[in-house]
Amino acid sequence: MISINPSLVQYYPLGDSAIVIQFGEGVNPLINTQIRAVTAWLDEYTFEGFVEYVPAFTTITVYYEPWILDYKELLSLMKEMIADIGEIQEPDESGIIEIPVLYGAEQGPDLQYVADFHQISTAELISVHSQAVYLVYMIGFVPGFPYLGGLDERIATPRKDVPRSVVPAGSVGIAGQQTGVYPIETPGGWQIIGRTPLNLFDPDRAAPALLKAGDRVRFKAIDQTTFIEIKGAKHGH
Amino acid sequence: MGIRVIKPGLLSSIQDLGRYGYQKSGMAVSGAMDGLALQIGNLLLGNAKETAGLECTLLGPVLVFEKDQLIALTGGDLSAQIDGLAVPMWKPLYVHRGAVLSFGKAVKGCRTYLCVYGGFNLPEVLSSASTYLKAGIGGWKGRALKRDDLIPFKRLYTKSLKKFNWSSVPGIYPDLQSNRIRVLEGPEFKSFTRKSRSDFFEQSFSLSTQADRMGHYLDGPLLYRDQNGELLSAAVSFGTVQVPPQGKPIVLMADHQTTGGYPRIAQVITADLTCMAQMQAGHQIRFEGIGLAQAQELLVKRKQQLEELQKAITLKYG
Repeated sequence: MISINPSLVQYYPLGDSAIVIQFGEGVNPLINTQIRAVTAWLDEYTFEGFVEYVPAFTTITVYYEPWILDYKELLSLMKEMIADIGEIQEPDESGIIEIPVLYGAEQGPDLQYVADFHQISTAELISVHSQAVYLVYMIGFVPGFPYLGGLDERIATPRKDVPRSVVPAGSVGIAGQQTGVYPIETPGGWQIIGRTPLNLFDPDRAAPALLKAGDRVRFKAIDQTTFIEIKGAKHGH
Repeated sequence: MGIRVIKPGLLSSIQDLGRYGYQKSGMAVSGAMDGLALQIGNLLLGNAKETAGLECTLLGPVLVFEKDQLIALTGGDLSAQIDGLAVPMWKPLYVHRGAVLSFGKAVKGCRTYLCVYGGFNLPEVLSSASTYLKAGIGGWKGRALKRDDLIPFKRLYTKSLKKFNWSSVPGIYPDLQSNRIRVLEGPEFKSFTRKSRSDFFEQSFSLSTQADRMGHYLDGPLLYRDQNGELLSAAVSFGTVQVPPQGKPIVLMADHQTTGGYPRIAQVITADLTCMAQMQAGHQIRFEGIGLAQAQELLVKRKQQLEELQKAITLKYG
């Protein structure tokens, strides 16, 4: 069991319609656990004037309607909430979401570069990348984009010097100590090592983003046939 | 039955007051850049204030009405004309079938809102009709209007009342010529150098030509931090003034990304976002500090003004 120490939590405004609650410094799974506990509370006990929340690495930003409650009122409500949460269950290790990835070739144009950069074989790179369990720290940048922590230092790779103008949807990339998946086609500077046939963001789904902050993820290497099968199934064929 | 697009204009998109509740999934809020103008336009027609309208930017579209309809034009003054004759803004206008709405010179501001009685008949995506251009979601087919599009009305105006003696009350909508933009300090304000902090409030900035629905880049003194450590990404919102390492501030606008990693020097207060949204390139601004309580009082007051306008107009429609 872990608990939130209220004296270590900081609060500050982001403009006239949002409050930031900060739980510490740095990329840290314990901070993420605290953030999950608070967002779970906000999912369950909403309040009048609440608009939405945005979890990030160390913060939760809560948007509110200042004509319903002002900053001082919201601040005391948030402090009360933090005090009420008390002890937090450790996150459940069993819920790991598997993301199939076709590594290399045209789906992963930087696979060879990343392997060469670390002087390992592409097979070793794929094995290291697909063995780890990653934590979704936050979703941001574009709809459904997960910031995944837990990348093995042996394959951490700097971003490309010149970003690509087009990174296809589903591309799996590495940027420094992070790995992630591009949900929609966008320009991007991450090293692209593969592609998933899963759709990480679909506005027609009840939960449009496949992943949310706090989820655990593992990548699974698949072949071209499986990639096409999954992609086909998704379209209802 | 609806409006047919003869010329799409520079950027004409369907917007309501935004798509809330999905920023945690990385989904931008979007919505009208000048939400106040959209709300007033809807209230003038007796619509719910959050009804989606058409946001027309700088060079307005040419549109033809396929049915008689009641409309209102609010926001920036882009010299609206019907069948070539200038028409007033900020009041209901009864428009006949076949009428052509066009725009001319941007006299004041740069975004006009076209609201129609009952709104447009468009499906909501994630509880909003706003167009999020970058992801191709919502509004009219997830994109800006193109030639020959036909945007359907939800309802037709059938009441006998066709002449209107009311308009928006003065005092709700700000003076768009104003150079003053009021701000609150951002979370990283104190990490900027003493000189940058003083330049931010003492020097003028002007809107650069790099300005769109995502963000407005400002020309002016470059701003630097005392130390250039990387920040962890955190939430940013409509009005956040963030400063990338090269020093040129960006005011984030309606289509802003949900999170960002650049230091946030300030936050434009919500009440001044209308002025920020209506600015044309080259417009000079000075940032002025304001207290949080005062900024929130302005929003309470605006809320009351809009409610009063709504009450008054509901009575008039009977």
